[in-house]
Amino acid sequence: MLPTDSKKALSFKRCIEDGDLVIVYERHDVMKPVKVTKDGVLQNRFGFYKHSDWIGKPLGAKVFSNKGKFVYLLAPTPELWTLVLSHRTQILYIADISFVVMYLEVVPGCVVLESGTGSGSLSTSLARAVAPTGHVYSFDFHEQRAVCAREDFEKTGVCSLVTVEVRDIQGQGFPEKLEGLADSVFLDLPQPWLAVPSAAKMLKEDGVLCSFSPCIEQVQRTCEVLRSDFIEIRTFEVLLRTYEVKEMKVETGAVIGENHDEKENGGQRPSKRKHVSNEDDYAVSHDNNSSTAATSVVMARPCSEARGHTGYLTFARLQCLS
Amino acid sequence: MEHDKDQDMSENKNNSNKAQDINPRFASEGCSVLLDVNDGDRLVFARLSGGAGLKIGNTRYSLKPLIGAPFGSLFQVESGSEEGSFLSRILPIKKESTSNNVTEDTRDNRELIDNNEAQNLTEEEIGAMRREGAKGDEIIEALIANSKTFDKKFQLSQDKYKLKKQKKYAPKVLLRRPFARSICEAYFKKYPARIGFLRVDALSLLLTMANVTAYSDVLVVDMVGGLVTGAVAERLGGTGYVCNTYKGNTPSSVDMVRMFNFTDKVIERIVQSSIDELSSPKTASPERVCNSEININESSASDKVEDVSVTVEARVVDDVVLLESKVIKSPKAGAKASKEAVEMWKENGFSSLIMAAQDQDPWSLAKDVLPLLSYSAPFAIYHQYLQPLATCMHNLQQGKMAINLQITEPWLREYQVLPSRTHPHMQMNSFGGYVLSGIRISTT
Ligand SMILES: C[S@@+](CC[C@H](N)C(=O)[O-])C[C@H]1O[C@@H](n2cnc3c(N)ncnc32)[C@H](O)[C@@H]1O
Repeated sequence: MLPTDSKKALSFKRCIEDGDLVIVYERHDVMKPVKVTKDGVLQNRFGFYKHSDWIGKPLGAKVFSNKGKFVYLLAPTPELWTLVLSHRTQILYIADISFVVMYLEVVPGCVVLESGTGSGSLSTSLARAVAPTGHVYSFDFHEQRAVCAREDFEKTGVCSLVTVEVRDIQGQGFPEKLEGLADSVFLDLPQPWLAVPSAAKMLKEDGVLCSFSPCIEQVQRTCEVLRSDFIEIRTFEVLLRTYEVKEMKVETGAVIGENHDEKENGGQRPSKRKHVSNEDDYAVSHDNNSSTAATSVVMARPCSEARGHTGYLTFARLQCLS
Repeated sequence: MEHDKDQDMSENKNNSNKAQDINPRFASEGCSVLLDVNDGDRLVFARLSGGAGLKIGNTRYSLKPLIGAPFGSLFQVESGSEEGSFLSRILPIKKESTSNNVTEDTRDNRELIDNNEAQNLTEEEIGAMRREGAKGDEIIEALIANSKTFDKKFQLSQDKYKLKKQKKYAPKVLLRRPFARSICEAYFKKYPARIGFLRVDALSLLLTMANVTAYSDVLVVDMVGGLVTGAVAERLGGTGYVCNTYKGNTPSSVDMVRMFNFTDKVIERIVQSSIDELSSPKTASPERVCNSEININESSASDKVEDVSVTVEARVVDDVVLLESKVIKSPKAGAKASKEAVEMWKENGFSSLIMAAQDQDPWSLAKDVLPLLSYSAPFAIYHQYLQPLATCMHNLQQGKMAINLQITEPWLREYQVLPSRTHPHMQMNSFGGYVLSGIRISTT
């Protein structure tokens, strides 16, 4: 997923090969990660697709099923991966992930500690940010989840950048061998305050910590503990509102008493009002070949379904005492 | 297996040491720093030199004590009997958790009368204390001892009183590393229009949605002063390229890149090339005259005695005055893209695109710029207004140029978290702008 040198970048023209991971895109809400194999076959409601037809095509290409229906084959990115990964836990989504990476000041070469690993949604983006020379150390006390996460990182090709270990971070803290080496620490734990003292030991001075918690009580307790070693303690909530865009035929209401050309009076404004004036006096329609006062307008409005809350993000910077 | 992992970890210890070159943790002479005065009251960018100074109130303090200090260290104004007041490094006192005593406080402010007679100490007396070399904290103690109302105030107001006096008589300066995050926040606070009202969460979304990572070739249309260019370069860490493209002949300024503490290795990866140059057929003569190379150091002018780059900075941010006459050379960013690089992009396309073009119609730009990307390349387009993005999205859909199209509006709310007093901040910025994101596809 992440280029390890310039020849592996998307901008270095390369075609789909045997063994590649691609994201099969049907619709924005129907996507699937697929490992390309020479004799592989993908089956969906549109029929079946032979992988051998894919090999040699550029990423971003359209490929057809036996019934002539097509899907797109996309290069995997951490964003697409977050949408298709198997949910073994609650995961972080793009809004929180973006903000966390920026606010933790993660740049290439950084060492980042994370717990719990969960489904590895955030880890993949952290790996992208520390590449090519940094490293992410991720800890989860759940053996099976750690195993699955390692498999996933193998699959997405970020395993050289992420190490997963099984460890009870709330009980034991982070391992001593990482003391003073972390540029940033991220906590997504049920009782993050228990891990804060250990996180403080791991961080370099001036390093940043972030704790993600769904409940305000967790935030409250975490902040109390943070106050002893950290400064700039700030808590945020980030959300995204998405918009739907439609082209619609709308009636352009002509206003009585106004004799302007349609453009001048802002005739593109959608109007539900029934107008009373005699339409025949002036053409209201843009294309001029229709007698009804309707025109096509592209309009946007927020989607009605939206994520209302994910969690609070608390950031803090380790005090510099030396 | 376990053993392997250990090796892996210790190997990375070395890596992280090497990486300190790109991410310095100490403020060295000539580097760009962000100064946080009194807990975020004021944010000032400065380039450290022996002669650099920072004005707080009516006094100018030399920034010399900051040279060599680790980022994150705190300074406070101290008065000396001879050389006047100066900035001196202080080590913060460990605060005990205050959760218990606050809630028990039963005092309230019903007896409090606010007037200027509450303080016995006069400005002259405070001045005299200073001349005798009293520390800032001692002055504050004296002010408290001479306040008639301090004891009557309840804890919260006592804290507020102390803080107010500290800010005035013993201002603190926190030395910070300039990162895309802090630079964006500082500008958003002071000059939001210059960065197109691009809030830090929106900027973070752009970088994520455009999959910016090492070894990628990121095309940007940066008309927000270089903020996006700098933020991308920060994530490339001296690999790949960020190419700033533009319509016509004049590249837009990327001045803000100087605020970042980039090494030459990173700066070299910041280039520019016009849309025409990038889209002309491959065999065309590349000998187009570039009439205005952007050069953030204004090289011709910087040979003069006055440091031009620094005056620009002082104007851009706050009242930093640099008296030093020696020119501190920061390397130039935004050189013209090499012929080889342009040829390579024509052949293979860019790996992603970010557009933050104020006052431009996104569709008119996107239709020219999007074909420069490789297939499957993600893009993110920022705009202050929704409608032009909606139109752009519609046209991209109609032209089957992209999939996974989405318009999102980021929303950010900060919270005050205190024992029994947790609530969202009273003020929030309700404008986050809009981001259109998608993935370019093959039309065939
Ligand atoms: C919500 S998930 C993390 C999701 C992750 N941030 C992501 O984006 O995919 C929380 C994880 O923390 C782990 N966990 C809970 N308590 C822990 C502890 N004491 N030590 C280590 N991991 C723990 C759980 O097993 C779970 O996998």
